Formats: sequence, C-alpha cells, structure tokens
Amino acid sequence: MARAELMDFDQALELFEPVMGFEVHVELNTKTKMFSDAPNVFGSEPNTNITPTCLGLPGSLPVVNAQAIRYSISLGLALGCSIAQTSRFARKNYFYPDTPKNYQISQYDEPIAFEGSVDVELSDGRVVSVPIERAHMEEDAGKLTHVGGSTGRIQGAEYSLVDYNRAGVPLVEIVTKPIYGAEHSSPELAKAYVSTIRDIVVSLGISDARMERGNLRCDANVSLRPRAAAGEPAAPLGTRTETKNVNSLRSVERAVRYEIQRQAAILAAGGSITQETRHWHEDTGTTSAGRPKSDADDYRYFPEPDLLPVVPSAELIDELRAALPEPPAVRRRRLKGEWGFSDLEFQDIANSGLLVEVSETVAAGATPAAARKWWTGEIARLANAAGTDAASLVTPTQVAELAALIDDGTLTDRLARQVLEGVVAGEGSPAEVVASRGLAVVSDDGALIAAIDEALAAQPDVLAKIKDGKVQAAGAVIGAVMKAMKGQADAARVRELVLERAAATES
Amino acid sequence: MSGISAEQVAHLASLARIDLTDDEIASLTTELDQIVASVAKVTEVATPEVPATSHPIPLENVFRDDVVGETLTVEQALAGAPDHDGSRFRVSAILGEEQ
Repeated sequence: MARAELMDFDQALELFEPVMGFEVHVELNTKTKMFSDAPNVFGSEPNTNITPTCLGLPGSLPVVNAQAIRYSISLGLALGCSIAQTSRFARKNYFYPDTPKNYQISQYDEPIAFEGSVDVELSDGRVVSVPIERAHMEEDAGKLTHVGGSTGRIQGAEYSLVDYNRAGVPLVEIVTKPIYGAEHSSPELAKAYVSTIRDIVVSLGISDARMERGNLRCDANVSLRPRAAAGEPAAPLGTRTETKNVNSLRSVERAVRYEIQRQAAILAAGGSITQETRHWHEDTGTTSAGRPKSDADDYRYFPEPDLLPVVPSAELIDELRAALPEPPAVRRRRLKGEWGFSDLEFQDIANSGLLVEVSETVAAGATPAAARKWWTGEIARLANAAGTDAASLVTPTQVAELAALIDDGTLTDRLARQVLEGVVAGEGSPAEVVASRGLAVVSDDGALIAAIDEALAAQPDVLAKIKDGKVQAAGAVIGAVMKAMKGQADAARVRELVLERAAATES
Repeated sequence: MSGISAEQVAHLASLARIDLTDDEIASLTTELDQIVASVAKVTEVATPEVPATSHPIPLENVFRDDVVGETLTVEQALAGAPDHDGSRFRVSAILGEEQ
C-alpha cells in the first residue's frame, strides 16, 4: 500500500479547521458479564468463561447485571451527564462471527446517560470543556484470530478462530459531540481527553482501564473544513473519517495528527475525503482505509424484547452521586499539593498521562519523588523505545517494590535499572528478578574488606599515597573493588572501608 | 399501501448475508408486504395518545446480583460448532472487519 501524501501540520492548520469527535469504550471490571453470570476475567483459556447466553444458544435469556448499572450511572454522573429516568436496551443487528447472536445488545435512542461535559487540561494549563453527547451500555464482542495469509491480518486469511470469553463483557461507550476550536492543540487534546476519561474510570474504580488489554479503546473521528474568509459564514463540516483500533494514549495523539495531515493533503489537491473507517497501524504510525461507512451502518436497531426498561430511582442516583470521587481537575490540584511538586514537575507527570500510575505507586508505599523519577524517567524511556505506553510495561506495585529495594540498600540506582528491564521482560516481580539475576548490592562488609585488602596489596603505591593523606588516590582502589563486585556494591560504603583499611595497614 | 419493495428485500438479504434468487425475492416481497400490512392494522386503533411500547407487561428493573455462576466446559461450548480447533470456533475467512 502506498504511503499517503501528508501535508505539513502547520500548513494544514493554516488552511483548515479540524473538528474532532471521540467514541471511547470502557470495559467495566464487574465480576460477571453484562447479561450473564459468566466470569468477566482477562487472559483465561479460550472459551472457558462462557455460558449459553454468551453463545446466544436457543432458550438462553439475558439478565442485566445490577452492578454494571450502578457503574454506568456513576460514570454518567462523573461525566456531568443527566441520568435517564427510563433507559432501554436495543438490538444492533450485524452479521459477523464476533457476535454469536448476529446482534449486539446495546442502547439506541434511550441511553442511560446523556448531555454532559468533561474538563480536560492541556499542557499549557488551558482547560477545554469537551461536550459529551451520551454514554450508553452495551456488551463487548468476541475475539477473532485470523489464520493464514502472510500477515495475520484479515486480507488473505484462510479461516478465523473465535474466542467468546470477551463476548458479553460490560461496556460503556462514551460519545462526544463535535469538538471545535482545538486548532493546533487537536492531537494533544485528543490524548488529554482519553487520559482524563482514564483518570475518571480509575478513580471510580469501575474499570481496570489498561489500554494495552483493550479495557479502554478509542475511535477518533476527524474532519477538516476550509477556513472562512473574514466576514463569510463558516463552511459546512467536512466529511469525517473514523480511525479505529487506537489503543494507547500516544497513538490517539499520533492518529489525529496523521489524519489531519492526510486529509489536508487530499483536500488541498482538489480531492475529496471518503467517509469510512480507518485502521490505525501502531508500527508504521499510519492509517489505512477500512470499510466505507455508508453501506454498512444499517443496523436495524429495535428494542431488545428480552430485557426490560431500566428505571433508576432518584435515591439510587443520589446515593451514587454522593459517593463520586473528586473531579479530575480538583484531584490534580490536591495531589500537586500533597506531593509537593513544582508546576513543571507536576506537568511532567500529567502530560505523560502518568497521574494514575504515580498516585497508585505512592499509594503502594513509594515516595512521590521516587514514583515520579521512575515513571517519567527510566520507564518512560523504555516505553518510548518500545513504542508503547509506560503503563503497559510495569505495574505501580512493581515500581513501589523497586523503590523500596533501593531504600533498604538492596539495590543501587544502576542495579535497579537492570532489575526494571527484567521486570519489563516478564521475569517476575522486582524481588524475583533480583534473586534470579543475582543483582543485589553486596552489603556483606566481610566480602568487601577481602576485596579491598586484595586491591590495596596489588597497588602498594596507591596505598602509600592514601596513607600520605592523598585520599583522592583511593579512586583507583574503589574502582578495582567495584569491578570485583561486578558493580553490585555501594560505592560510598566501599570508599569508607578503603580509607579505614588503608589507615589500619602497615606500610 | 404497499410497504415493502423488492429493493428493500434485496437490501435486507444482503445485510443478513443471505443469497436470494430473483424468484425468492419476488415471493418474499409479497409475503413480507402482507405481514407488514397485517401488523399495520394496529395503527388503526392506536391513537396519538397511546405511547409506543416495547414491552406489553409493565415490569422494569429486573436485575441479577454480580455473582459468578456455572460456566460451560470448552467441550460443551464447542459441542454444537460446525468446526473448531479444540479450543476455539473455526469460521470461514471473513472479508470485512471487526465491528
């Protein structure tokens, strides 16, 4: 496939105004699925978390999970939405093997939550209010693996294998209204919006929100319209594309930027945009055409006859409203104060989308400084090299454990970075990597003293200098000892011991 | 009033991935048209004051607790499958995309 022509981003913004819209799917972390008591667990053997309802077998009937309703209402409230007095499920009919029933149970014209807004903070401190159209409940689909063909992609596949473990996992889909006026900040706003949604669902405790596992997925709609000359009315909205499969914060930003540049090049050359879904390719940082929108979006929605209306009581809504955590903007201000960071240090965390990780690392026992240092430093570096989000590499608990191993003297920073690599490579917890790779600091003075005495004996001239008071000469001995210890010693302690032993040695 | 056209039947068939011959489309058009006409009689008695309804029985908020129940074994889950690989359903290659 030929690489699409791209226009320079700044030039694209001179000619066109980008308009964005997002659909974010949030998988709820209930114990069971949306309409069946099958377990909602990630990573099980294929087709083991299955009931007749998950397979749409004859005679099976869906029953709504009460906890999923509570979670959905809480999320709706956190998005500033109104909660529908009556809300209904609907069948979305389509024929594809990821849903065994030939329809997905979703909501159509009566979603559980509607009309809200979310405040999103940009790196320069500006707060953008993103308008929310609706948040509705639905069930996730099964997972297809395409077999055969050269690339494992759909094209050229010989057959597909289907795992229905994910079929029926509760989802809330959050749909924004068109977002105008983000201009040059559009890609950044896209990332910050998804990051804010992630903050919200994590603080509500309703989703694991791990994007690399698909707990949180974003479809990004982008269109461009020509800038109107002064005094002229705004041009009508341009044709939009919907980029799917955007499953990291970093990709959301890149995909929006790419679509702006791609569409601008086509429009400026006199072409027109096809209304279609596009697939995001993480490896190449490009999108490619999926199916055209017009002929496939005919889902023949109708009310789900097997399910009854959801009519939440005012008491329930009040109860859930009272239990809401603080809004993300308030939480940010509080955390910044608690952690004692400067504006710059705090922005560093927030702009990297690592607020959740840092706060969970602190909750797991690390100091704020250590949590910030590791997440925005070494882990961010590894993530960048791997082209992924830092959150997908390690867990906050593991980072807190690593920090604790440094604090108790088991590890130096240098050793800790090696341990981190082991953790990222899937070798286990930090303690396990320390054990399996033998990376702990040698804190046994006996072993150090033996190595020091040997090094002093091997370098009598250095020993003489040290005894003469030229302590900087000790460096050569310290270096030899560190080498003998394979770097696994605390250099400051070695220095102390070298000076002690030199003083005690007869020359 | 004729509600269903041959074009609509052909379109529905393509959405449902069902191959129909022209003869089948013609006979289904007639049959579906009669069914729709019969159901449409309801509109003769439903005045604008009668709200649209999706359920005849006035029930709402029927929920279950979020408690894990019994699941099928893989063997049971795959028992009715035309084809499988021992753990997953096997379907013919799909030219399209996940929804």
